[in-house]
Amino acid sequence: MNLHLPSAPHTHAPDSVPRIMGLVLLAVAPATLYGLILFGWPALSLLLVTVLTCLLCEAACLSIAGRPVKPFLWDGSALLTGVLLAVSLPPWAPWWIGALGGFFAIVIGKQVFGGVGQNLFNPAMLARVALLVSFPVEMTTWLGPHPLFSSHAPGLFDGLAITFNGIPDVDGVSGATILGHVRTQLGMNHSLSQILPGHFQPGAAVLGWTGGSLGETAEWLALLGGGWLLWRRVITWQIPVAMLTTVALLAGGFHLLNPDRFADPALHLLSGGLMLGAFFFATDPVTSPTTPIGQLVFGAGCGALVYIIRTWGGYPEGVAFAVVLMNAATPLIDHYLRPRIYGRTWGGQSRPVKRPPTRPGESQ
Amino acid sequence: MKLFDFWGGVHPAGQKHLSADQPIRIMPPPARLHIPLQQHTGLPALAVVKVGDSVLKGQLLAQGQGAVSASVHAPTSGVITAIGDFTAPHVSGLPLPTVTLDSDGEDRWLEREPLPDPFALEPEQVAAQIAEAGIVGMGGANFPAALKLNKARQAKVHTLAVNGAECEPYMTCDDRLMRERAAGIVDGVRLMLYALQAPQAVIAIEDNKPEAIASMSAACHGDPQIRVVVVPSRYPAGSAKQLIQLLTGLETPAGGRGTDTGILVHNVGTAYAVHRALRQAHPLISRIVTITGGAVAEPQNLEAPIGALVEDLLAFCGGVTGEVAKLLMGGPMMGQPLPTWQTPMVKGTNGILALTAAEAQLTTPSPCIRCGRCVEVCPMGLMPLEMSKRARCDDLDGALDFGLIDCISCGSCAYACPSHIPLVQYFEYARGVLEARERAEQKSKETRRLLDQRQARLARAEQAKAEAAARRQAEKRQAKAAKAGAAA
Repeated sequence: MNLHLPSAPHTHAPDSVPRIMGLVLLAVAPATLYGLILFGWPALSLLLVTVLTCLLCEAACLSIAGRPVKPFLWDGSALLTGVLLAVSLPPWAPWWIGALGGFFAIVIGKQVFGGVGQNLFNPAMLARVALLVSFPVEMTTWLGPHPLFSSHAPGLFDGLAITFNGIPDVDGVSGATILGHVRTQLGMNHSLSQILPGHFQPGAAVLGWTGGSLGETAEWLALLGGGWLLWRRVITWQIPVAMLTTVALLAGGFHLLNPDRFADPALHLLSGGLMLGAFFFATDPVTSPTTPIGQLVFGAGCGALVYIIRTWGGYPEGVAFAVVLMNAATPLIDHYLRPRIYGRTWGGQSRPVKRPPTRPGESQ
Repeated sequence: MKLFDFWGGVHPAGQKHLSADQPIRIMPPPARLHIPLQQHTGLPALAVVKVGDSVLKGQLLAQGQGAVSASVHAPTSGVITAIGDFTAPHVSGLPLPTVTLDSDGEDRWLEREPLPDPFALEPEQVAAQIAEAGIVGMGGANFPAALKLNKARQAKVHTLAVNGAECEPYMTCDDRLMRERAAGIVDGVRLMLYALQAPQAVIAIEDNKPEAIASMSAACHGDPQIRVVVVPSRYPAGSAKQLIQLLTGLETPAGGRGTDTGILVHNVGTAYAVHRALRQAHPLISRIVTITGGAVAEPQNLEAPIGALVEDLLAFCGGVTGEVAKLLMGGPMMGQPLPTWQTPMVKGTNGILALTAAEAQLTTPSPCIRCGRCVEVCPMGLMPLEMSKRARCDDLDGALDFGLIDCISCGSCAYACPSHIPLVQYFEYARGVLEARERAEQKSKETRRLLDQRQARLARAEQAKAEAAARRQAEKRQAKAAKAGAAA
């Protein structure tokens, strides 16, 4: 008899790390596919370059560290990092942005910390922040929708040329995102009532018919994917709800104070990477708190930082910065915000019983 | 009755269908029984028979000793062939003092006197009879039942919660017992209520056992003191702390007892054993045990004699088919892996589980991804990932700080972990090291005390010597002075 003796339990939930990564990949797939259709062949090339770089870097690091390559490569975490990084990049960014980002995410963001589960920061968000700080021009070259097979979209070979050779007529196609436009115009002392008409249509913003990062434009698809993850219990509600509510409350409050200076909650919720960030980046299990109360604080912190950076910071968009900054606070949150232990007070003392006035069972 | 909720918990696949539909079969005593003298919490019982003695069924084999202990009786008639060490029903397989009884095949009962009406006795006398029958908690706690009743009576417990939740997957012994012998259980509950002097009892049954609920409800119908409460099927609803929380919304204080909440929890099997002991003079010499698992040919429940070997039990159920990847005593969530087939079943054995490789799901752990699922499912409000991280690198104080001593080892965390980390294993390890550390501290304290005593003794001796010398000197001087005085 082949006996295995470790302690109980001797049965297990039908769950595993590759399954979780696979479910997140499935959840982000609709937004990604939509981005690929909206921005055409260059976006696909960028996605492939980013994902391949991530996988290669993961394999190289694992083999240098002398760890088993196959099980870790197949756990899907590097693949997921690649996809999540790609969807947060400008869709027509040059190939080396994807490659450098992939390298940074996996090698600096993950493997130097010790690989899967050990990293302090979300690798994709860390790479995005590093790219944005280092290559501001390439990382803020946005363009409007160029749907696949439409008349003004580049074909397969033109697309490859854009990714590997640069956009031929940058000024002809590029434009600012709504958040960038608002920031520039506010800087010129224009009021929102002058800026927004003709630029921000909530309907188009929800549908995703607008410029932005590869996978962030269709808010409803991000919401759909996020909702599905909640339903499958891959993520919990605390972080996304706290993050979105905080942004909405802050935006609503300031908008009421001065509607010409502060944009309304709809613009904040429907622009940029907030939806994607709330459901896919802030909920990264490795880099977010593990307790429900800690997750609420973490989500609220992310939301507050997003609003502060968007409104008063140096960048028009702040989701990546907010997530990375709160990642740094995660160990602290986990240390101080623990659940209450059964039979103990919050302070850890034995909790005396308050016997009810009636006997249990008598109360109907 | 209004129910509350307990925290966390998991929904493991029940697998109860394997054995739930077969009626309980009575297993005749095998040719040889191995009856351990410690089947309970506390001190081992003291053997009152010798090798070569002939004993009758129900005869006392060993007397409980000390405050916490339980007596052991002969499950059948026969001859004592050995009293010595035998494999304990424990993962270590270490030996325990055990009485070996060779059956004479007659299964002849000891002459039993007609019993007095228990309700004409004092509650203490009822408890004493329960103690005499060697009854221990049969849900797995193995604590002497009479002692628990006496303490709870002194604590003025107002409700007896009878635990028929049976939340462990695969296990159906309580289910079958409730379906087939409901009247006996309810009588046992009444006797326990009397011993407790408590006004009411609730029988908690998980909603996945409709037949048991029906038969128990019928058996206590019309009794204003006893009622059946249906609780949701979620592991570990049958853990005493969680059951109390489920029924009352109250928590057992850390370091306190369940009775602090006014509730005493006893298993349905224990109630049935009390009924048998007080109505039929049948000490605890057999119990219902679930023999199941994918590797068992005919999974079912047996009423088997205490001391029967696992191999005898399996053989009676048609043996095993294919390779057994894991052999367990108890359910898959908290059961003990057994190192050998030659292990005796004891009073607390609710099941024997022979799992195939597919059922045992032997996987290699991968790194923690901090998903927090263990925190989500922990019924005690702990952070298992933080505890295991600290236990792994021998940071015991860190693990204690995160609540190691509050862990009830229910295994929900390890069940839910997507990285398949054996969290409970780490906690057990840390507890072992902690115990060793406490023992070492105790030892060094004791050594220091003895050393201090020795030094004090030496110092006293030294002082006494010095005083004696001084006295002698003084006497000498005095004598000299007296001499000189006399001479002068």
